[in-house]
Amino acid sequence: MNNNELVLKLEKKAVNIRQNILETIGVGKKGHVGGSMSSADLITALYFYKMNHDPQNPEKTDRDRFVFSKGHSVLAQYAALAECGYFSKDELKNTKKFGCTLQGHPEIETPGIEANTGSLGQGLSLGLGMALGGKLDEINYNVYVILGDGEIAEGQIWEAVNAASHHRADNLIAILDKNKNQATGTTNIFDCGNIENKFSASGWETIEIDGHNMEEIINALDKADTVEGKPTLIIANTVKGKGVSFAEGKFSYHNAILTEEQYEQAKQDVENMKSEVTK
Amino acid sequence: MNKKSLRDAYGEELLRLAKENKNIVALDADLSSSTRSAYIRDEIPERFFEMGIAEQNMTTTAAGLSLTGKIPFANSFAVFSTGRSYDQIRQGIALPNLNVKIAGSSAGMSDYGDGATHQAIDDISIMRTLPNMTVISPMDAVETKKAVKAIVDYNGPVYLRVSRAELPVLMSEDYNFEIGKMNLIEDGNDITIFANGLMVHKALEARETLKEDGVTCKVVNVSTIKPLDVEEVKKYVSGVKGVVTAEEHSIIGGLGSAITEALDDELIKIKRVGVKDKFGQSACDYDVLLKHYGLTSQEIVNNVKELLK
Repeated sequence: MNNNELVLKLEKKAVNIRQNILETIGVGKKGHVGGSMSSADLITALYFYKMNHDPQNPEKTDRDRFVFSKGHSVLAQYAALAECGYFSKDELKNTKKFGCTLQGHPEIETPGIEANTGSLGQGLSLGLGMALGGKLDEINYNVYVILGDGEIAEGQIWEAVNAASHHRADNLIAILDKNKNQATGTTNIFDCGNIENKFSASGWETIEIDGHNMEEIINALDKADTVEGKPTLIIANTVKGKGVSFAEGKFSYHNAILTEEQYEQAKQDVENMKSEVTK
Repeated sequence: MNKKSLRDAYGEELLRLAKENKNIVALDADLSSSTRSAYIRDEIPERFFEMGIAEQNMTTTAAGLSLTGKIPFANSFAVFSTGRSYDQIRQGIALPNLNVKIAGSSAGMSDYGDGATHQAIDDISIMRTLPNMTVISPMDAVETKKAVKAIVDYNGPVYLRVSRAELPVLMSEDYNFEIGKMNLIEDGNDITIFANGLMVHKALEARETLKEDGVTCKVVNVSTIKPLDVEEVKKYVSGVKGVVTAEEHSIIGGLGSAITEALDDELIKIKRVGVKDKFGQSACDYDVLLKHYGLTSQEIVNNVKELLK
């Protein structure tokens, strides 16, 4: 497959992921649609291009690991896991229902979920532990952690930034879903400063990309493989709610209920994305 | 009598087991010399992770390591390994039921000089409230070693409370430690004293004193505070006139609370010896602190007599 074909394949897949996210949230159910949509292209590239994983053998020891540190956006991960076949797509609509494995935040009981997250700021440390475990066992896998740009106000993130650098965890790749919004406003409500400078000053390799440009995403993921002796941060500039016209760039859709009308509109918007891709 | 620090016993046994089992790893937050995780640091450096003075990341990194099949021991002083990292333990270890061992060193008042910030009087309480968590507080060097071995063999989250104090070695090497099993150290007819850690020794002293007055006490070592064997608790209080609990911990939420909960449908009087809803403070001598906070054999004697009035 040449690069153009690969990018086209992944862009189509990202549309499917967004459709799955909408299936999951449906009408009248509160869900983190904004952050799920902003992560959708990154998640697509990880599960359908970059990561070594096998839904038929989810425990295989040399699999790449993915930790969704901003666990509230798990709808995007459920969408990808269902698309891969870790569980049936029919399960998606049951998300958050009483007794369903698909909880409001990721739990390891769900096939394909590697770690529990939900209390923000812990995913990078989880990923670091997995990365160090891989090095101890001399198994060659990567650990990918998606962070939120609101989330990185958590102090534990910066403890993990230092520790990953100190322990030279070059099999740890963090991806910042920089959608510039958090629960109660834009990320201007609490300025975390120059993220790239902070990570690079702490000894990390940094790469900045458009987090909705599939070619840039796969190039960045490939480049991260070549980095030795230090962890990598991919800063992915994204749009909160990407693909859903009325939610794009709006913090108010961080965790929102879609009305029947909005749901139909969102489906139409994603359908339009599909025609854009295949044009 | 032969005395030994529990932290020395902890460090020695952890190193011994780590030599046998390559899955054992130790993490520390710049206190390895005190917690004795330094024994692994010095002999098996590739399986020791210095995580810097950053307990939250240490704790969650341990969770990540356990997800790759390692048996991580996350070490710090008890105040920090439980309090500083409470949310990390709750969300990242207890909830997913991961095989992480939290070691709380210098527990209770045993770091007497450093004062209230370093004296753990609430660690058992906050660990005990977490579903899936096992909580163990051993009473001598032998029991500490047996507990370390048992928690390596057990698959699940454990909080192990480790005193830095040198305590008399009471248990014999053939003592059969089992998680969740309490043991009757001395028998008696009048009062049952449930104790753990340092306070087992104080309870035994109290028992001797009370014998002079013709009072005999059972002394039960409850080193596993959770899971608590409720049937065993009931068995040991059957026929006695009252119960005293004794712990180097707040009377809120620790052993005293656990025993009281276990006996909540029994008509029996219970007195709790422990720290009475106060923080610690510095002292140049451990015994001065223990006396001030009522963690003495005399306090147990007084409570037993109170029950027999």
